[in-house]
Amino acid sequence: MIQAPDLPTWAAIVVGLLVFGGAAITLLGAAGLLRLHSFYERVHAPTLGATSGMAAILAGSALCFSVLQTRPVIHEILIALFVTLTTPVTLMLLARAAIYRDRSEANAGVPPDPESGNGEPER
Amino acid sequence: MIRLLIPFPLLTLALLAMWILLTGFSPGHIISGALIAVMVSRTMLSLRPERPTLRLGRAAVRLALIVFIDIIRSNIAVAKIILLRPPERNSGFIELSTALRSPDALAMLSIIITATPGSLWVQHDAHRHIILIHVLDLVDEQEWAGLIQKRYEKLLIEIFE
Repeated sequence: MIQAPDLPTWAAIVVGLLVFGGAAITLLGAAGLLRLHSFYERVHAPTLGATSGMAAILAGSALCFSVLQTRPVIHEILIALFVTLTTPVTLMLLARAAIYRDRSEANAGVPPDPESGNGEPER
Repeated sequence: MIRLLIPFPLLTLALLAMWILLTGFSPGHIISGALIAVMVSRTMLSLRPERPTLRLGRAAVRLALIVFIDIIRSNIAVAKIILLRPPERNSGFIELSTALRSPDALAMLSIIITATPGSLWVQHDAHRHIILIHVLDLVDEQEWAGLIQKRYEKLLIEIFE
């Protein structure tokens, strides 16, 4: 099945490599969710997909449609910008929720809250 | 006069650029995009009256390059950790004192640190000016403090403060 028959061979190869590479990196990040141990470690893994995985897939997309339409198609930049700005916010929210819970349950391995001085949960 | 009509010129320009990227480059789209950009950017007035200082010069370009390189390097480092699972790796929290005071600069630093695989912004103590970071591969706390102060903070101060 050929989805883009007008795409020249050289472009098809490069686009294929970029999209496959990006998908592989994202998969590796997902595997990190299984292989790392604590919650705080696991939060680091998906950033692989949100940075280089995303960049490779978007580069493939930009190249594919630029070649097909014979004009630069660069609105993928917007996707890159918004993913880069919003993913950290989500990750920080998750980390804040996790550390709030660990502090209120007085679990080990979590630094005390500097704002209350003695490890009490924040109000 | 122009300040009254366009209180946030950078935001207005960014919205116009986004509109043109999404719809295509034609006179009609530029006119409608400009109208929408002017109107939408004015909604910021009700959110935040104070104007952020932002100097988009050589420091901003250098920071973007440094962040780009660091993200690639830490992508490789984290991918190695996931694939090879080195047995003697330590992850942990570190506290760093920060020289940054502007909320915009701190927001930028938090996004840089979290978007980089292997480091995660957890907390900022505005009274003691200390930030709490979780690091996946923690070897030397001092090295991290120096890295963030030298590589990011100096440039962020140039851009925002």
